[in-house]
Amino acid sequence: MTANARPPEDRTNGAKERPGDRRLLGRVLPYLLPYWKFVALGVGLVLVNTGAQLAGPYLTRIAIDDHIATGDIAGLTGILGLYAAMLALGFAAAYGQAWIVNLFGQRVMRDIRRDVFAHIQKLHTGWFDRNPVGKVVTRATSDVDALNELLSSGVVMIITDVVLLVGIMAALLFMNWQLALVTFGAVPALFTAGWIFRRRVRPAFRRVRAAVSAVNGFLQETLTGIEVLQLFRQERRRAREYRELNREHTGAHLQTVLCFSVFYPVVEMITAVTIAVIVGYGGSRLDSGALTVGGLVAFLMYSEMFFRPIRDLTEKFNILQGAMAASERIVGLLDTEPEIASPTKARAPVHRHGRLHLEGVSFAYNPDDWVLRDIELRIEPGETVALVGHTGSGKTTLAALLLRLYDVQRGAVRVDGLDVKQWPVEELRREFSMVQQDVHLFSGSVLDNIRLGDAGISEERARRAAEAAEVLNWARHLPQGLDTPLGERGGGLSQGQRQLVGIARVMARRTRVLVLDEATSSVDPETEHAVQTALSRVLENRTSLVIAHRLSTIRGADRIVVLHRGRIRETGSHAELLAAGGIYRRLYELQFAEEALPAA
Amino acid sequence: MLDLWRRVLPYLARYRGRIAFGLVALVLCRAFYLVVPQVLERAIDALEAGETGELWTFGGFIVAAAAGSAVFRYFMRWYLIGVSRYAEYDLRRDFYEHLQRLPATFHARYRVGDLLSRSAQDMNAVRMVLGPGVMYPVETVITTVGCFAFMLAISPRLTLITLGVMPVVSILMKVLGEKIFRRSEKVQAKMADISAVVQENAAAARLVRAFSQEDAQRRVFAKENEEYAGLSMKLVAVSAALFPLLLSLIGLGLAGTLVFGGRLAAAGAITVGELVAFLFYYGYLTWPMIALGWVVNIHQRGAASMKRLAAVFDAEPTPAPRAAESESRFPLDGAIEFRRVTFAYPPPAEGNAAAGNTDGNGNGKESPPVLSGFDLTIEPGQTVALVGRTGSGKSTVARLIPRIFDPQVGAIRIGGRDIREIPLERLRTSIGFVPQDSFLFSMPLRDNLAFGNPEAPPAAIERVADEAGLARDIADFPDGYDTLVGERGVTLSGGQRQRAAIARALLPDSSILVLDDVLSAVDSETESHILRAVRRASRSRTTVIVAHRLSTVMDADRIVLLDADAGGHTRIAEQGTHDELLAAGGLYAAMYRRQMLEEELSRL
Repeated sequence: MTANARPPEDRTNGAKERPGDRRLLGRVLPYLLPYWKFVALGVGLVLVNTGAQLAGPYLTRIAIDDHIATGDIAGLTGILGLYAAMLALGFAAAYGQAWIVNLFGQRVMRDIRRDVFAHIQKLHTGWFDRNPVGKVVTRATSDVDALNELLSSGVVMIITDVVLLVGIMAALLFMNWQLALVTFGAVPALFTAGWIFRRRVRPAFRRVRAAVSAVNGFLQETLTGIEVLQLFRQERRRAREYRELNREHTGAHLQTVLCFSVFYPVVEMITAVTIAVIVGYGGSRLDSGALTVGGLVAFLMYSEMFFRPIRDLTEKFNILQGAMAASERIVGLLDTEPEIASPTKARAPVHRHGRLHLEGVSFAYNPDDWVLRDIELRIEPGETVALVGHTGSGKTTLAALLLRLYDVQRGAVRVDGLDVKQWPVEELRREFSMVQQDVHLFSGSVLDNIRLGDAGISEERARRAAEAAEVLNWARHLPQGLDTPLGERGGGLSQGQRQLVGIARVMARRTRVLVLDEATSSVDPETEHAVQTALSRVLENRTSLVIAHRLSTIRGADRIVVLHRGRIRETGSHAELLAAGGIYRRLYELQFAEEALPAA
Repeated sequence: MLDLWRRVLPYLARYRGRIAFGLVALVLCRAFYLVVPQVLERAIDALEAGETGELWTFGGFIVAAAAGSAVFRYFMRWYLIGVSRYAEYDLRRDFYEHLQRLPATFHARYRVGDLLSRSAQDMNAVRMVLGPGVMYPVETVITTVGCFAFMLAISPRLTLITLGVMPVVSILMKVLGEKIFRRSEKVQAKMADISAVVQENAAAARLVRAFSQEDAQRRVFAKENEEYAGLSMKLVAVSAALFPLLLSLIGLGLAGTLVFGGRLAAAGAITVGELVAFLFYYGYLTWPMIALGWVVNIHQRGAASMKRLAAVFDAEPTPAPRAAESESRFPLDGAIEFRRVTFAYPPPAEGNAAAGNTDGNGNGKESPPVLSGFDLTIEPGQTVALVGRTGSGKSTVARLIPRIFDPQVGAIRIGGRDIREIPLERLRTSIGFVPQDSFLFSMPLRDNLAFGNPEAPPAAIERVADEAGLARDIADFPDGYDTLVGERGVTLSGGQRQRAAIARALLPDSSILVLDDVLSAVDSETESHILRAVRRASRSRTTVIVAHRLSTVMDADRIVLLDADAGGHTRIAEQGTHDELLAAGGLYAAMYRRQMLEEELSRL
């Protein structure tokens, strides 16, 4: 399905412009060059194989003219031996060729895929906001596959076909050039038929692809929303809509069936006319002694061989076009500059304390749509600052800026006095550990998800973190406890359980700075209470930024910062802010007053 | 294989006229086709005899025979392959409509991706059986019979040589084809792993960066990537051999025919023309023989795929009430009663690629019950809040009401009647349900709000949008109520989606409203606003609210605190009004006190 997921906006994203064919070649060539020997060997084997294939009809001619006609039985057996040898040689060459060509394709693909993935890993967070997951997956999978088509089936097969075609033509010319020229008349006819076929079948295939993705998309939506669909009793309406799409799906396929139903008979006709011409014209040349009966038979056999490479060539052309488009997209991706990367002269502070400073920071995801404005915030080493505010006030964005997940448009973010743009990116991020509201789990065990590829975390420490974060509490009921593998996206775990794993991740790490972004929003208050106690131990002596929905979870903060519509509106202790009677007071009253008094 | 045909035959039977037409065309196509070597034979024999006068007549015959063959080939393909597309339409329609009727127990067991691949790949594999799977075997039989008849007429001895090679071609094709198929399945599975890694990394781009996991993930990917290349080459080791091997074998037979036929010709037993015709017939046999092995594989794959489709087709929809009676269209009375209800979730159809052992009905090994002998009575018009810790079974209780799941033991009654005896349509019309996951379809927002009532007047839609606190957001959307939402439209925030789901549930004139923990993504201000409005709009409705936070449901008529006992079964720990529960001094009071304490602490 991913193969169909090529939205039209493809080219505008990532690639700055449509790369020209030459430039494209320039980008793809370096992947091919290391393996040029494979290609050379492959082409060599193509020549051998073609020679062996061409020998067949020629040996037939000799058999008929020199042996059958003269009654030379012994010579005929010799022909059999020669024929068999040619077949063996042809087989060996064809097998070797296919093998080496595929090895070449696989190596190149592996390298490209590796680089595509590595490049994806270098890209900045904002790029992922703009590019849907499905598209990214397509780049690394189907597009690379399409490129392989270009490399192994495409280029090499085209060479094979062209060599065979030229070989046949040469053999025909060699045997009788007049008849050969007459026979060649079939070539333009076949190419024309192929060209017309291609022109007809291409829109048909496009229609099929659209219909297939519409049918699949509709089914996917139905399956995802099946509960809602059934609860609201809309099965009949959806079924009607699906029938429409299904009908189009069938219609599109029938269009291709029609194309093929016409094309094959047309090719059959051209073949027949060619045979008729060889018999009619070639036969009349027999009189003059310019051609023998064996030669005529060989002619007929060669002309049968003619059609495969020509038909292949017309089909290959489609593959080539698809592959070109795919490589364009891959190159487009590889050429997308990571907007966030370590500077060439990166430096990191020698003394690290975990001091954070947002210095007049303004930030927008989309130009002029400011999410944060003129933020001035200092967090001293060891201090715990709580960030509160309404939904959409920019709290999460502010946290993301500290880790340089995005670059600010104005002002600067400093960590230990140094602008984050000057830090080596990875080293900067290693200063932090973060719990996001929506915790993503990787496939792997619970424990793997806590350690998250960090070899520095011993299993023992990960287990202790699991216990402190109340993960063990429920994970011990899983079939293999903490070693239970989690399915797709941590399937089966509730949002709250995921958050606990996220907290365990943080507890297992000893970074200087902690960012908790609504880390316990989906955890039930009971469990949260236990986790908070453990967390408060972790927060000690570390710089921490706590974003909280529920104001009760920030009671341990040294300072509370109130963010409202992208600006810092209030700062102070809980008591100070309450006394000030501003936004915080309002937030507080809304939350606590309602909880304290039974509503009327 | 038998099962495949038993299931597929009814789909083909509908098109028997077309199939008959196609088969007649096939026979005629082959008949014309097989005439060509006969003409060649006579032409060459004439040449051998030095008669060149009629050569163009022979040419004319060849073209005429080919024209006949070509015309009928067109009809053959158009009818026989076309039929497979029509039958596929029917099969796909039935598959989809059956899926829609299957209960949540089924959908909980099968991943979306798995069902999608059944609908795409497996459907296509079955389609191949219906089209090429029918056409090629018949073609093979006709061609083989025809060719052999002509070949035997030319020389029975020479025919034996051909007989030696052709079956080997078929068998080789089948054996290697099978091997190729199995290896390519492995390659595809590995490709799925690669996709999964990329998908994870794209979906969790922030996390990967925040935890500097780029290198670790690169290593994970490199391993999969390397394995993929290795598996691919294993596939190539077999697949690269297939066609060269076939061609060589066929060539060998051709050489043998040439030499032995040559001896016969030299001895005058057959003419050169006959030898050439024989060589042509030999050539005609190759493709059908290759096709035969291929067709066997098509059928095997089709049978395997049909099994996977059958797992879906054989799953039972939510059982209809025993006595289908004519029901009034008025909503049911809102009294709800759970009586000794025991319920366990169905186990996931794990590894459902090997679907042989799953029958789709949830009859596999069941997980331990969530509810066991659970009782609960809710009076009409009451607002009852279900509260409790994460995983205490609150949502399960809510989801049993509209029969998303059916309990294994016990019964749920609405208006005094077992809900299994009420037509599903009427039951669900009577219940406005807001699921935890507020799913919206890819359609204009208006249609999403009116999802259950497509006929609802705009005023009613705007009223519920207002009640759910969504009206102001909609005013800001580019196209207002006509804004396209869902996967292919505007992305709504979690809170907006939840409010849309609430509005959607408020629109029908239902007697029961069930809110399954729906307010997790909105802040407390919005939350209290919405809840107040919803209660105001649903005064006459029996309302069941599943809630995470006690503060949101303090004014419910009754609060039911669920808790898991030592055995993990959900039971009602406490129930009563907020004040009663506080006075009782139990778990609820304790939970509440903790909230108060936290509040006091934060006041310091």
